[in-house]
Amino acid sequence: MENTESSVYSAFIAIFRRDLKLALRRRAELINPLAFFVIVVSLFPLGLSADPPTLLRIAPGVLWISALLATLLSLESIFRSDYEDGSLEQLALSHHPLPVIVMGKVAAHWCTTGLLLTLLSPALGVSLAMPMDKLGALVLTLIVGTPTLSLIGSIGVALTVGLRRGGILLALLILPLYIPILIFGASAVDMAIADLEVAGQLYLLTAMLVLSLTLAPFATAIALRVTLE
Amino acid sequence: MSWGEFFHMGGYAVYVWSSYGMALLVLVYNIVAPILRKRRLLRDLVREKSRKSA
Amino acid sequence: MNFFHRFASPREFFRIAGYTVPWLGGATLILIVVGLYLGLFVAPADYQQGESYRIIFIHVPAAWMSLFVYMSMAGAAAVGLIWKIKLAHVIAMSSAPIGASFTLLALITGSLWGKPMWGTWWVWDARLTSELILLFLYLGIMALYAAFEERRSGQQAAGILAVVGVINIPIIHYSVQWWNTLHQGATVTKFSAPSIHLSMLIPLLIMAAAFMLFYAATVLARARWEVLDQERRSTWVNEYLEQL
Repeated sequence: MENTESSVYSAFIAIFRRDLKLALRRRAELINPLAFFVIVVSLFPLGLSADPPTLLRIAPGVLWISALLATLLSLESIFRSDYEDGSLEQLALSHHPLPVIVMGKVAAHWCTTGLLLTLLSPALGVSLAMPMDKLGALVLTLIVGTPTLSLIGSIGVALTVGLRRGGILLALLILPLYIPILIFGASAVDMAIADLEVAGQLYLLTAMLVLSLTLAPFATAIALRVTLE
Repeated sequence: MSWGEFFHMGGYAVYVWSSYGMALLVLVYNIVAPILRKRRLLRDLVREKSRKSA
Repeated sequence: MNFFHRFASPREFFRIAGYTVPWLGGATLILIVVGLYLGLFVAPADYQQGESYRIIFIHVPAAWMSLFVYMSMAGAAAVGLIWKIKLAHVIAMSSAPIGASFTLLALITGSLWGKPMWGTWWVWDARLTSELILLFLYLGIMALYAAFEERRSGQQAAGILAVVGVINIPIIHYSVQWWNTLHQGATVTKFSAPSIHLSMLIPLLIMAAAFMLFYAATVLARARWEVLDQERRSTWVNEYLEQL
């Protein structure tokens, strides 16, 4: 196996790179969550009204809920294929701490979903009649909020990846835990549109990111041990 | 206060008594569930045992 | 510690819980009778809400219990995960349906109380919303436990989820409260009674104690048969079956 001298940091980088490379190889899977995000957002003007004030009114909630659902649908890819081909077991047996491996995988997952959703969001914001100067707030909340979604989601995937039909169950487990992020994220965008101060919500989103960054990898690692038993 | 007045609950009878009814339902469910579990489990275990000894 | 070790052995648990459940059940019954008498006959009508406030004697204890049961479930799950005590896992998983039923009761009675007070069955009030999310958490835990074929893995997985939920509950609670003050229209929070009269507080506390004992009785009753099921291969279960 690998050289025992390799530090925790290089283990993280190695896993991160490996997962990123694998994700880039499966380009269709990479695009699916983004396409889902675009389609769901475009359903709202069709279902509600194409009237710009109405769109602006619902834009923060619609964008955040759609980003949340797109993330949810992509979560399985963190562990699914590695679980099925047995490489997850290999990783868990390696001498590297499992939480670090989890961190590497979640970071790669965020780069291929949350980050891309965030980059795509200004275009969708414009389509929902958001003024150009408010798009910054949208991007900022998503960039702080989506990593938390990936981190919390990794716990849920670790718990359900061993089950044959984990899909809907995963949504049932994870969505209630996403509610605070949705509340603060959507309201920050809402307040930005109303020209109000949003620093408070951003601090709270950051605090939740820090909290999940410190706790979620450990919870995910424990959950993986149960799943792999 | 008469019984009629009591059951009338100042006009809120529907809300008050359905709340207490729901509470009763929840209590009964939690009492019955372990009893049913016991019955099913013991039946299974006894059957399993007699099959083994047979 | 000796006592706990003895109590944690499945056989002793089954025996001791068998003695305890009827006593707890009897005490619950007495408290409910006293609580209902004081709450329905002795306590006067509220000067603002009339007789409808009597829902408080169900709603508030149920809401308290929904959280209390969640905390005990997560505590038991944590004990089970850390010290690998099987019995703790059994207690945790037996608590879930009881807690969920109390949560549902709190939601339904909140709605039944809301109708005369607010004029609608449902208002996105901070407390009702938090209670609804708590119900989702319970349902997730129960669904996860049920999804595993092997009981042990299911207990551990659902236990991890319960512990993760405990960290999230204060955050959810705070965020929902904040969200509620932000979007509050004509909603008046009628559930918060700033100065509750003693004649109402006493039956409220008695009912809360009754629900607490009820939880203790039913969780032990459920856990007993779960333990018997788990230990079906052991000799003491065989002996027990022969006595029947």
